[in-house]
Amino acid sequence: MDLALTILLDGLVFSSYLFIVSVGLTIIFGVMKILNVTHGSFYAWGAYVAAFLISTLAEAGWPDWIGFLAIFAAAIAVGVVLGLILERVILQHMYHRDEVLIVLATFGTFLVLEDVILLLFGVDPYFAYQPMALLGSVEIAGIFRDNYSLSLIGLAVVVAAVCWAGLTRTKWGKLLTAVIYDREISEAMGIDVTRVYIVTFVLGAILGALGGAYIAPTVSVAPGFGIDVIVLSFAVVVIGGMGSIPGALIGALAVGIARAFAVHQYPQVELFVIYAVMALVLVFRPEGLFAPAKARKI
Amino acid sequence: MLLADRTVQGLTVALVVLIAAGFFIPEWMLNQLLFGFSRALAVLGLMVLWRTGLVSFGHALYFGLGAYSVALLQKNWGVTDFFLLLIAGVFVASLVGFLLGFIIRRYRDIFFAMLNLAFSMILYGILVKSEPLGSTDGFAVAQPTFLGVALEGTPGKLALFVALCIFGYFAAVAVQLYLGSTLGRLTTAIRDNDIRVEYLGYSVEQAIHVKYVMSTALTGAAGAFMAMALGQVDPDSMVNWTASGELVFVTILSGPGSVAAPFIGSVIFELLRTYAFELVPYAWQMIVGGTLLLIIFFLPGGVWSLLSRVRGARTES
Repeated sequence: MDLALTILLDGLVFSSYLFIVSVGLTIIFGVMKILNVTHGSFYAWGAYVAAFLISTLAEAGWPDWIGFLAIFAAAIAVGVVLGLILERVILQHMYHRDEVLIVLATFGTFLVLEDVILLLFGVDPYFAYQPMALLGSVEIAGIFRDNYSLSLIGLAVVVAAVCWAGLTRTKWGKLLTAVIYDREISEAMGIDVTRVYIVTFVLGAILGALGGAYIAPTVSVAPGFGIDVIVLSFAVVVIGGMGSIPGALIGALAVGIARAFAVHQYPQVELFVIYAVMALVLVFRPEGLFAPAKARKI
Repeated sequence: MLLADRTVQGLTVALVVLIAAGFFIPEWMLNQLLFGFSRALAVLGLMVLWRTGLVSFGHALYFGLGAYSVALLQKNWGVTDFFLLLIAGVFVASLVGFLLGFIIRRYRDIFFAMLNLAFSMILYGILVKSEPLGSTDGFAVAQPTFLGVALEGTPGKLALFVALCIFGYFAAVAVQLYLGSTLGRLTTAIRDNDIRVEYLGYSVEQAIHVKYVMSTALTGAAGAFMAMALGQVDPDSMVNWTASGELVFVTILSGPGSVAAPFIGSVIFELLRTYAFELVPYAWQMIVGGTLLLIIFFLPGGVWSLLSRVRGARTES
C-alpha cells in the first residue's frame, strides 16, 4: 500500500514536471510543425537565469519568497528574448524548407546556445535551494515529501488549465486552431500567420524556460543540463501525439508513472522503460495516442 | 563498365595515394584520418537514406552495436582478431537493422526519425544502467591482432588504417554501383513521390528496407572501426542521441553529391572538432553548431557541392 502510494506520488510529481517541460514543445509543433530541439536550450537557460537570480538575490539579503518571483521573471525573460531572436533570425527563413532540415537547424542552434551558457555562466554549478527550503516538507501517510516538489503538481494543473482555456475560450485560441488546421486558408481569410507564429513560438519558449526555472531550486544547475530533457520531452510528445495538449498530459502521466514504478521496483530499467513505451506507441499508433490521422497528399 | 566510372577511378587513385601516404604522415594525422574515415562509413550509410529523403536520428544505435560487439567479444571471449571483430560488428548491427527494418520501413519523415531515436535510446537506457555492459564508463578496447600477428603502437594503427582504407574503398564502390542499379535509381523517385513509385509496380517498403539494412551494416562497421581506432567504447559519445545528431550533422556537412563526399566531410569534421576544442575549449560546440547553421543556409549541397562548383568553373573556362 505504502509502495503504491509512493509510486503514485512520485509518478505524479515527475509527470507534472514532464508536462510543464513538454507542453511548450507540443504547442510549437502543433502550430508551426517544427520539432524544436532548442526547447532543451530554453529549459537550460530558464534554469540558469532563475538559479542566478535566486542565489544573487539571496546573497543580497532579500527575503526568500522573492525567489518565486525570480522563477517566473526568469522564464518570461528567457522565453521572450530567446524566442524572439530564434524565430526572427533563424526560423522565419526556414518555413518553406524540409521539416527534417528545420530540426537540424534547431539542433545547430541548440549547440550554439549550450556554449553561450558556458561562456556567460561558467562551468561551475549553481545552487538555488532557497525557495525549496522555504516551503518545508510534509508527511502523507508516512511518506515524507518536500512541499516544493508537490507544488509542481499544482503548477502543472494551472498550466494545463490556462492552455486549455486559452485555446478553447479565447479569440486567440480560435485563430490558433484555424492556423493549425490549414495555414494557407487561414492566411487567405486574413489571419496574420506571421504574428501567430511569433506569439506561439515565444509562448512555447516561455513554457520551456518555466520548466527549467521551476526545477532549478531542486537540483544543481550544471553544464549539459538541457541534453536529457530534449529526448525526454520528445518521448512525452510522441506518446501523446505531436501537437496535442491533452496528448502531452496523457504522455506525461504515462511516462511519469512508468518511470516512478521502474525506479522503485526495477531501477536498472528506469531509462529503458521510457523509450520502450515511446517505441511501442510509435509502432502501434504512429500519430500518437491523441492526434487525429491525416490524409496524405498524392 | 566499372573501370570507366569516373567516381570509381577517382576512388582507386585516392586509395593508392592514401595507403602510400599512411606510411609517411605523423601519428596525430593518422589518428585523425582513422577517426574521420571510421565515421565516414556511417555517413555513407546515412547518405543512402538521405537521398531517399529519410533522416535517422537514431543511427547511433547501430554505431553502438558495432562498437560494443567489438568491446564485449574482446572482453568476455578474448577475441582479438581484427577480421572476426569487424565481421561481428557488421553482423550484429545489420541483423538488428534487418529485424527492426520490418517495422521502420513503414515510416517516413519525422516519424522515421523519431522511431529510430526511440530504438537507439532504448539501447542507451540499457547500457547506462547495466554494470556488466560497462555502465556510463564503457570499456577500454585493446588493439586488434591481424590473423594472429600482434602489432603494437604505430604499426598497429597503420595496419588498421590500411584495412580501413580498403574497406572504405569497397564500401564506396559498392554504394556507387548500387546507386546506379535499378533499385538504386528508385532512390530519388521514392523521395519525390513514393505512392507513384508503388503504382509503377515497385515495392517502396522493400526498397527502403534494403537501404536501411545497407545503412545499418555500414554504421555497424563504422562503430567497430571506431572502437578499435579509439581504443574505447562508452555510451555517451557513441549511443546517446547526440551521437546520432553528430552523424546526421556530418551527412549534411558532406552533402549527398558523391560517395566520396562522406570521407571528405568526416575528415573535415574531425579536424574542425579537434582544432575548435584546442583553440576555444568552451566554445567548440558553438563552432560546430554555427557551421551546421551556415551549411543549412548557404551550402545545402554540403562541402561536395563546393568542390564540384570549383571543378565546374574550371571546365567552363
